[in-house]
Amino acid sequence: MTPEVQTPVLELSDTSLRYRGSGAPVVQDVSLAVESGRSLALVGESGAGKTTLLRLLLGLARPTSGTVRFDGDALSLRDREQMRRFRRSVQCVFQDPYSSLDPRRRVGGIVAEPLRSLGLDTRRTAAPKVAEALERVGLPADAAERYPHEFSGGQRQRIAIARATVCHPRVLLADEPVSALDVTTRIKVVDLLAELKQERGLTLVMVSHDLSVVASLCERTAVLERGVVVEQGDTARVLGDPAHPYTRRLIDSVPRLPA
Amino acid sequence: MTQTLRTSSEAPQAAPAKRRGRRSATLITGCVLSGLIFLLALVSLVWTPYASDDTSGGRLTGPGAGHLLGTDKLGRDLFTQLMTGSRIAVEAGLGSVLIAAVAGVTLGVLAAFAQGWLDDTLSAFLDILIAFPTLLLAMLIVAARSATLGSAVLAIGLAQSAVVARVVRILVKRVLAQDYITAARTSGTSWPWIVAGHVLPNIWPTLVVNLALQFGLAVLAEAGLSYLGLGAPPPNASWGRMLQEAQATFTTAPAGALAPGVLLVLLVIGVNLVADGLRDTLDPATRRRRS
Amino acid sequence: MTLLDIHGLTIRTADGHTLVDDLSLTVAGGERLGLIGESGSGKSLTTLAVLGLLPDGMTVTGSIGLAGTQIVGAREKHLTRVRGRDAAIVFQEPLTALDPLMRVGRQIAEPLARRQGLKGTELQRAVTRALEQVRLPEPDRIARAYPHEISGGQRQRVALAMALACEPKLLIADEPTTALDVSVQAEMLDLIDTLVRERDMAVLFVSHDLAVVARVTDRVLVMKDGRAVEEGDVREIVRRPREEYTRALVGSARRLESALDARRAR
Repeated sequence: MTPEVQTPVLELSDTSLRYRGSGAPVVQDVSLAVESGRSLALVGESGAGKTTLLRLLLGLARPTSGTVRFDGDALSLRDREQMRRFRRSVQCVFQDPYSSLDPRRRVGGIVAEPLRSLGLDTRRTAAPKVAEALERVGLPADAAERYPHEFSGGQRQRIAIARATVCHPRVLLADEPVSALDVTTRIKVVDLLAELKQERGLTLVMVSHDLSVVASLCERTAVLERGVVVEQGDTARVLGDPAHPYTRRLIDSVPRLPA
Repeated sequence: MTQTLRTSSEAPQAAPAKRRGRRSATLITGCVLSGLIFLLALVSLVWTPYASDDTSGGRLTGPGAGHLLGTDKLGRDLFTQLMTGSRIAVEAGLGSVLIAAVAGVTLGVLAAFAQGWLDDTLSAFLDILIAFPTLLLAMLIVAARSATLGSAVLAIGLAQSAVVARVVRILVKRVLAQDYITAARTSGTSWPWIVAGHVLPNIWPTLVVNLALQFGLAVLAEAGLSYLGLGAPPPNASWGRMLQEAQATFTTAPAGALAPGVLLVLLVIGVNLVADGLRDTLDPATRRRRS
Repeated sequence: MTLLDIHGLTIRTADGHTLVDDLSLTVAGGERLGLIGESGSGKSLTTLAVLGLLPDGMTVTGSIGLAGTQIVGAREKHLTRVRGRDAAIVFQEPLTALDPLMRVGRQIAEPLARRQGLKGTELQRAVTRALEQVRLPEPDRIARAYPHEISGGQRQRVALAMALACEPKLLIADEPTTALDVSVQAEMLDLIDTLVRERDMAVLFVSHDLAVVARVTDRVLVMKDGRAVEEGDVREIVRRPREEYTRALVGSARRLESALDARRAR
């Protein structure tokens, strides 16, 4: 490990979130740090609070207690200047490639949205950046003129990745980005994400229940069970020498190919 | 969260087959039917065979060369009345739908964004408005203003805006639950832009179909109100009042009641067919399908 | 004895797209066959065709013999008798497979009453037994619950109990664990394996996941674009895939798995 003292890009400290009217908090006293260049996996099953955690990290939900920090400063949803910097630095890819693209917009418009909304570009100056982003995810040049329904699930996920990376963010949050894809397609999207990590210095925060995908892409892993982080550390350590019985059970449950 | 998704592949799927032929037949028939009456209404603005208060034709003349459909019991030309009546029907339909669209969409979008007690209050308000009889609303408005086409349109439009608002509320809520809305938020898009750029375009097809149906209902409602004397005052002939006036002489001169009745039915069937055709061509479900 | 004999099965849409193309396969009594393929491979359509459940407008040619009954072209009345008795199906999504407005117990009681003619307390006991069989804790509580009140894994067990209630000769499982969590999936696969073994039931197991299929079946048929690509012993196919597509499939699965092993070994 390098002994650098860097400020984490994103940090949750003792964060809890309880929805109004419900008893137990969905996430409880979670402390996590996303350091630049060290991709983090949030592993867990239904009801573990993965999606809620992601919403906190995306600044879409406010914690009931605890803080969310961005570059060391507490994230304030009211601070427009900070939010603009935050939105530019932290982007997101979703699980369902069918619900994450507006069916009534052309792909070019979809990919350009962060550039336009963040006031970085006009329609004209955005066009070459959109073309570049689409090319990088391996889509044909004419994709920008077409509509999402003309693309398959794997291609749609590529479009979503192009949208999330077009403004050169530092962190990409990904919510089960490949679990809706076929195995052969899954590999290709995992490869694309690995490439973006390598070439663009992108740090991934990936919510997933698929340990093999986590192992392929993330240096660090946090295991969640019912809203609580039961174990976190280097992926190699967590998967190779799990300390918590729940982690062990997860690893043992992964179906394996016959030897 | 469990995943409910089928996996999907890299290869593009074959586009779902479309049965365009049958669809456009519905749309074309609807457009022709309602278009005929719109045309009649437009022509009446610049030309009618007789002036609407011209009683020179004699009472209850049968159909003939001078009067295509004959005259009514006051001696006015029936075809002339039919033409001005179509204008009033079209005006009533368009006016009500315009009110319903503006008020309904605004209320519906607000209701969709409202949370907690505000959501409950707005929903209750819409339910009460829907339960409130249009007739009673029309009588109240007529009592407050006067019996004009405007009063009738206002009453019908207000009543319909509650129906539209409720539909819009559900449509908007459904769109807001989609990931592309979250994606827009994380892209830094502000709520007004999200509504204008994502929400409205996505509810638009269903909304248009709904408004087309409301148009037909508004025409019927206006005919009903003017039948009761709550619509446009004389000498403006509206189909509803023509029906009412022709009632007494139906056995001897059936044309006076049949003609407006037939046109009313044609117009309503026409716009309903247009709505049906639009639904088929605009429905996003037929454009994007899961594997 | 051949239980399911599909020969030259071809399924076309109304506008002439071929979704399943000249597919032939057999499943003997008590035998297990895995159907592997990605989206659009026609694997799910094939299972629907076996029960005569294809959507309207699709044309089917070829032959499907199920326990001696010809399914292709059979009348609905005929098919109703076959479904449940000869073959029953468990779908991917248990929430949509169960009636949301009916208590779980009643949904299981229905096939039991119809097939075995049970009534009253006897029926009640049979329902409890059916739920116990699929290892559901507190079967009496579950029987009184509505589908949305129990977890996804529990719902899928209920769906399995319903399918087994008629003691079919062939169990068709269409991606039965895809919507479930990993740890729940492992339990579910074990359960299917055990129950089927106890009953000496034949299984047609459909999945896109080789590793999952390998847990339950010995023989697999790989499908792509509606055609059978390769057929054989699971271990053999994983070790030495012959066709290019199978190689890609196995390669992808292997690569993901090796990432897990490499990471753990480090």
